[in-house]
Amino acid sequence: MTGKLDLDPVLVARARELARRAGRPVVELARSHTTVSVERAVLRLAGVTGADPDGIPWVNRLVDAVVADVGLGHGVAVPVFDALAREQITDVTLLAQKAAAGSVRFVVPSGRAGTAARRAARKAVAAGIRRMDRRRAERDRLVKRFGDPPRRPWIYLIVATGDIYEDIPQAQAAARAGADVIAVIRSTGQSLLDYVPEGATREGFAGTYATQENFRLMRAALDVSSKELGRYVRLTNYASGLCMPEMATLAGLERLDMMLNDSMYGILFRDINPVRTFVDQRFSRQVHARAGIIINTGEDNYLTTADAVDEAHTVTVSQLLNEYFAHEAGLADWQLGLGHAFEINPDVPESLRLELAHALLARELFPDAPLKWMPPTKHMTGDVFRGNLLDGFFNLVGALTGQGILLVGMMTEAVVTPWLSDRDIALQNVRYVLGAAGGLAEDFRPASGGFIQQRANRVLGEAVDLLERIGDESLLTAIAEGTFGIMKRPADRGKGLDGVARHEADYYNPASEILEQPGERGVRERSEGVPQSRSEGVRP
Amino acid sequence: MSGGSVVRPYGDTTGDGMVQVSFTLPVPHDKRAEGAAVQLANKMGVDPALLVHAKPVGDGFTFFVVYGRVNHLVDLSAVRVVERDFPLLSAKEVNAVVKRRLRRKLSVVGACIGTDAHTVGIDAILNVKGIAGEKGLEYYRELSVTNLGAQVSVPELVEAARVARADAVLVSQVVTQRDAHLHNTREMSAAFREAMPAGRRPLLIVGGPRFDESQAAELGVDRIFGRGTTPGEVASYLVHALITGREAKVA
Repeated sequence: MTGKLDLDPVLVARARELARRAGRPVVELARSHTTVSVERAVLRLAGVTGADPDGIPWVNRLVDAVVADVGLGHGVAVPVFDALAREQITDVTLLAQKAAAGSVRFVVPSGRAGTAARRAARKAVAAGIRRMDRRRAERDRLVKRFGDPPRRPWIYLIVATGDIYEDIPQAQAAARAGADVIAVIRSTGQSLLDYVPEGATREGFAGTYATQENFRLMRAALDVSSKELGRYVRLTNYASGLCMPEMATLAGLERLDMMLNDSMYGILFRDINPVRTFVDQRFSRQVHARAGIIINTGEDNYLTTADAVDEAHTVTVSQLLNEYFAHEAGLADWQLGLGHAFEINPDVPESLRLELAHALLARELFPDAPLKWMPPTKHMTGDVFRGNLLDGFFNLVGALTGQGILLVGMMTEAVVTPWLSDRDIALQNVRYVLGAAGGLAEDFRPASGGFIQQRANRVLGEAVDLLERIGDESLLTAIAEGTFGIMKRPADRGKGLDGVARHEADYYNPASEILEQPGERGVRERSEGVPQSRSEGVRP
Repeated sequence: MSGGSVVRPYGDTTGDGMVQVSFTLPVPHDKRAEGAAVQLANKMGVDPALLVHAKPVGDGFTFFVVYGRVNHLVDLSAVRVVERDFPLLSAKEVNAVVKRRLRRKLSVVGACIGTDAHTVGIDAILNVKGIAGEKGLEYYRELSVTNLGAQVSVPELVEAARVARADAVLVSQVVTQRDAHLHNTREMSAAFREAMPAGRRPLLIVGGPRFDESQAAELGVDRIFGRGTTPGEVASYLVHALITGREAKVA
């Protein structure tokens, strides 16, 4: 596959080195700070579940209580497990209830009590991580039993009714109609909620709330479909917004297979504080790495706000940054669904050749990543006939450039949420193109020194220029000054900043300790040997 | 208008009345399904109806494409459309007008007031992400947007508007239990009237799915936007109400 664009290997290596230089200070920042959501994720791994009568999760109540007494900078694990010992109870959720009632005081213990609390916290969190490991092993087994989709790209379809009990039959119908991956779109506004709603939910705005119970219900339904169809149907949700680390954790615990998880999306498009985002990002990616989840990054979004030709290099830069942050957090190449999109104005001359150049550039820069190819949205006008043709060309570019995950484009984009017939027509389009031209990648070799090669090399050159500029001033400054999209996002502004704290000298996070342990990864690779009850999530 | 004001759809000959429709019926594909599709087309006024395509989709559904002659007439003289009282501008045009005529950024402060925690509406209008493929007001270079988020008290809102020298204040109200949206809006407009003299008061705009767009005067605000409002409409209205409309009145 490599070598179709005649990319300069020195320039490619330079681009990666610059991405590392731009990203490293951000990683340092993430390593020295924590957030309320990271701490809540730790408590979820330690077994805190459920919510108070107002629907506020006990993890929120418990973290708030600890913060009120001792602040966030020590981490909540040690104060919580110290209090548990003093109260002589074993159930952390019960402790959360007591803390919410105001009957527990938290301290940062020292000496023997501190050591004991650390040990107890680590033991409880390790049990949560083992649950995640079992879910991963279970996925491996089910994939082996039912099989992967017979070809690439995997076909990715969205459902979004707002009601999980409506989503389920729709998702099963979509799987039957050919979808390999089902994404349940979240309710508008969930990304800005600083807690994860609880239980099965039946109303949402333009999407369905992501909750642990909704995850469980949908995964169980798709297990039934996988068995029926003889291929493992994957499930996707969102690890983004203010609760990113908790979403990742719940996804790991409920065996979701992919999560949207971009390093900068929340900052640029949701005005979430940059430090909060980068700290949450790193932890959530460590969890995804452990849980065997494929992340999908959000570069397509840049092209919906900016011009897809002029700003093509910002996609490349973001992909390189996402790759660096992902590798640093322990994700392997097969887990990197780096995003890009077919968003060039179709009225631009040679727009298809430009799309081919950009798509092939991503393919050759990241040969082992299952790139996520996103359909046209910006230039879908309501002319459904033209839209269907555009989607056909989008599918063709996907086939010609070996994309890994293809989000099915709808001709009714920007008109209605897809109808049954829209989805059928869209899938027919995909099937036709993949059936007629699925193998054409083999024959497709852009002319040496021709338009496509020149364009790809130019975008790479512009990406390197931009990374050089970022490198000189640091990524946080670049974001503050509006380098990506047109949004200026200073590091001391944005939502969720009050939930960020610098580590105190005695900060302790047992989850990070376990996830960062080098030996652990070796254990995880042998996950198939882990004893396991039969897929308990499956219900008739 | 030569030939009067009555027209019919055009296929390839004047007056042929030809239309094309597609739809799905919740019945499995068989002869009866095709008959059902023709029956529906007939009831829609398509007669004769030519069923050109029928295809099963999903379990127990069939998709149809029908061509045919529709027997309805269109009387152009009887067409009534509700005209928007301001022109719809693109983001580029909004920016250009603000830059050229106002010569500073137009300041917008937005919030959900009261106990309402639903930021869906205000975020759809203000966040870059926007709604239905249209970017929010943050995306407009010449607008300076302050989004205060949810559960903002009225005094906080007034103070934030003062600090930001707001030209316009946008308030979103989703929760309507016991008419909370109406009470909150009245409280907000009264507070602005009390705090600022008439000429200095920002434009007050509320939005939400349950408002009646004709209630603005009664609630003491300048404009109400209902369900389905897009950021572009709000931006166009701001330009009209604060810049172009005002100049027109002066001239």
